Amino acid sequence: MVDRNYIGIVKNSKPAQFGLLIFIFLTLYFLIPQSENNYLWRLPSLLKGIPLAINNVIFNALYEWFPLKVWDPVFEMYEEKAAFREFTKAVSQGLLFLITVVRELLLGGDKIIDVFVNDAWLKENDWLSWPALPWTATTVGAFLLGYQLNGIRLGLLGGIGALYISVFGNYVPSIQTLSFVLITTPICFVLGLSFGIWGYLDKKVETALQPVLNVMQTMPQFAYLVPIIALFGLGDHAGSIATIIIATPPMIRNTILGLKRISPEVVEAGLMSGCTKPQLLFQVLIPAARRDILNGVNTVIMQCLAMVVIASFVGAKGLGLNLKIALNSLKIGKAAEAGLCIVIIAVILDRFTKAWADKQKNYFENLSFIQRYKFLIIFAFSIVIFSIVAFISDGYFDKINYLYVIPIEKGLTIAHFIDAGVDWVWETFFYSLNSFNKFLLTQVLGPMKQAYLGMPVIATFTLAMGAAFIVGNIRTALIVGGMLLFIALSEYWDRALITMYMGSFAVIMASLNGIILGSIFGRTERGGRILLSFCDFFETFPSFVYLIPVIFLFNITDTSVLIAAIVYATVPATRYTVWGLKSVPLSLHEAGTMSGVSAFQRWTNIEIPIAFPTVMLGVNQTVVFSLQMVILGALIGTEDLGQIIFGALSRTKDGAGVALTLGIFVSLIAICVDVIVRNWAEDRKKALGLA
Amino acid sequence: MSPTISCNSVYKIFGPNANRLLSESNGSVDAKKFQEAGCIVGVNNASFDVNKGEMLVVMGLSGSGKSTLLRCISRLTDATAGKILIDGDDICLMNNKQLVELRREKMGMVFQNFALLPHKTVIENIAFPLQVKGISTDNSMYKALEMVELVGLKGRENYFPRELSGGQQQRVGIARSLAVEPDIWFLDEPFSALDPLIRKEMQDEFLRLQGVLNKTIMFVTHDFDEALRLADRIAIMKDGIIEQLDTPGNIVLNPATDYVKKFTEDVPREKVLRIESIMDAQDPNASDTLEVSKDDIIETVAEKILNSKEIIKVTDPKDKSIVGSINPSKVIKVLFGG
Repeated sequence: MVDRNYIGIVKNSKPAQFGLLIFIFLTLYFLIPQSENNYLWRLPSLLKGIPLAINNVIFNALYEWFPLKVWDPVFEMYEEKAAFREFTKAVSQGLLFLITVVRELLLGGDKIIDVFVNDAWLKENDWLSWPALPWTATTVGAFLLGYQLNGIRLGLLGGIGALYISVFGNYVPSIQTLSFVLITTPICFVLGLSFGIWGYLDKKVETALQPVLNVMQTMPQFAYLVPIIALFGLGDHAGSIATIIIATPPMIRNTILGLKRISPEVVEAGLMSGCTKPQLLFQVLIPAARRDILNGVNTVIMQCLAMVVIASFVGAKGLGLNLKIALNSLKIGKAAEAGLCIVIIAVILDRFTKAWADKQKNYFENLSFIQRYKFLIIFAFSIVIFSIVAFISDGYFDKINYLYVIPIEKGLTIAHFIDAGVDWVWETFFYSLNSFNKFLLTQVLGPMKQAYLGMPVIATFTLAMGAAFIVGNIRTALIVGGMLLFIALSEYWDRALITMYMGSFAVIMASLNGIILGSIFGRTERGGRILLSFCDFFETFPSFVYLIPVIFLFNITDTSVLIAAIVYATVPATRYTVWGLKSVPLSLHEAGTMSGVSAFQRWTNIEIPIAFPTVMLGVNQTVVFSLQMVILGALIGTEDLGQIIFGALSRTKDGAGVALTLGIFVSLIAICVDVIVRNWAEDRKKALGLA
Repeated sequence: MSPTISCNSVYKIFGPNANRLLSESNGSVDAKKFQEAGCIVGVNNASFDVNKGEMLVVMGLSGSGKSTLLRCISRLTDATAGKILIDGDDICLMNNKQLVELRREKMGMVFQNFALLPHKTVIENIAFPLQVKGISTDNSMYKALEMVELVGLKGRENYFPRELSGGQQQRVGIARSLAVEPDIWFLDEPFSALDPLIRKEMQDEFLRLQGVLNKTIMFVTHDFDEALRLADRIAIMKDGIIEQLDTPGNIVLNPATDYVKKFTEDVPREKVLRIESIMDAQDPNASDTLEVSKDDIIETVAEKILNSKEIIKVTDPKDKSIVGSINPSKVIKVLFGG
């Protein structure tokens, strides 16, 4: 009878099931001997060949398959070339052309003319030169645009931001970055909108898109770079393509989400008004989903800026490249200044696009031509006037005309102060920072890493699949098991374990931070709002910027990467906690108050249980954010999967396969956690009657 | 004259294998059996006609299939089986082009949650059906302004839907559905999302409009009182089946099923019944000074009849001829029971 009772408890109580699972896990952990020939300890690397196979596919696609006869003007003969290579070439050239045109239009010089006419003609007419857009005119333009979008405050943000960038000598790289964004964003927009609409119209397409988007969004950005170099070569266009891959998925998701949110009655009203299909799409569906679609555009721009540093690894010019060079030569001040410029551009573009999304058109204003276009007219005038002034004063300056551009070595700088500050912090706190670092490494991180590496493969599988089974069903367990098996059968399982160790440490710390912060400040309306705007602000930082300060405080160690990852990943955890607490109905609060709960009881008995499913979705985001940063950490030297992905960058020949495979591994880890956490959240939602 | 809308054995069944299951069932559909097979029965063998200028109110609780029936007739969903004739043409057989044409020329629809386009102003929403038809901006705006006046929203042309109250939003919805001057007017619970006082006001407004426009109307509601107030005839639906289709008076006096009876039990008769339903044959003793019309609702003339204490003549409002008589005792019976 007693036995039966135990079975009953385990069957019905999730905590008991988890307890049992952990017991089995620990038993396996300590019982399985560590030996290379024991398949319960490590699986054989049967899938070693995958990277090679990918490389072969890429090589064959580029040089062997579907040959076309192509006229070679230099050798004046037909040559056999693979169709795919011609395709990638055309894409590269097209993108490069667009980026160059925009950039040179803004920065001036003779390259812009070079694009349109041949070299010989240009050499004969060397007086020809396109004038640059003076930074003064750009500043006025940024102010006017902000002013028109949302009043004087946004105008000042734009104007002062542009002024800062120009005066501190970052005008040229900023314009380079901006032209990169200006070309990449519309492409992401068109691609995202088209696929989003297609997914909305066809359920099958949406089902097929989901897993692809999941992988694309969870794969570390680095993993794309090597295949892109292999396919498209180095240059601005390669950076642009990498960015398109990263930034299009959220646009697709936003489009589908926005279209799905339209009430079915509105669609019916369109149909009953006698809309044809194109009329329904362009006059009803897309305008009704306008806000979500424009939020997608905002996300795309933010992703573009987050990618500028990473894109510089494949040859994109601009602030990212400057930041990378400064970091490589350990110039923290210069790096911080470039980073600040990226943040400024990000904040300005973020606020501008959000204001644009919220701006409603007034159809019935009765304005004259001049009133309607007064900002445009002022801007046009300022370009003409500043250009003339700059042109005339050419003789006044020798060598450098400061009215066009303030070059980086002549601009104001506070890099010395930052460097001095870092040195001061370093000298003053060296002992305490170092001992903290040492403590963390030797007492916490080191043992944790060893514990992960000492985990027999069968124990890992039991834990992951068991957890998936408890929160879901046998199907969930098999999905998780299948994805892990893919990694376990490769030769990179140990590296993956290190990635998991860093990831899980960052996720746990970030989730705790986020839940605590969110719980403390999110309980009042005002506190929640302030905290959310902090989250907005931190989220506009490109992920790379987080690495700058920590490297200088903690050197190149796991600690630096983990702290950056924790800070970065705390943002979504905090955000979702605040949202979760907000979702607790007022009536429940009142019921609690009338039952006489203390503040702590309210938190444990009412707020946390109701907010739990939402908080778990935040934890889900935390996983993706943490893994991104951990892989990014490879840049400054860690020894997980990221390091090999990063290493593959220098092996363009055979690196593509390795980078893609490992990228998919990281993505699989994230998706495994996602499957478990999402099932858990759904389960709780059902239990609470929220679903 | 053929009816404007004519439904013949219309079925709508949701779920996979709906067609196969329906053809196997030979027309007698058992909702429970279908549910076991994974299908949900929306409309079950609906047959009825709506004549020109008539208002048919479809009444039922949520899940009874009343909105589904309306959507089959406007072909927002395809009926699984059956014939639906609009002015003699089977709408189920129309191709997309014919359907768009039909909606542009003959149909207008009002929705429960207003379904206004959030990015368009009042005037743009109302002009929308005209503009998709290809009418020039000037003409469609002119027509839309007329509609704005008709529904009493003058001065609010440039408001966005979100700036209007629920009642005002529904006025826009009504104006939009009338902009193309349709013959057939579908209303899907148009006043259900409104507060009781506003609802009453909108019902009055609706009756006024119908008095002017005289459209063929299908009106869906879950509110039995609303149905009684507005309808020429009422169709009461339950689980996809039309339980009874008759005039309000007949439904109240002779409920066909126990289900219908539940609705009619508490209805005050005097508010529904007309003199016609309780009058006697012509009586030579009837008073000469007073008369009532056979179409009068009892409640409205009760005071007059009871005060007179005599037998009163009943006339036909069309030709003023005398068609019967009414005894005050009959009225007392209706008012106080017994």
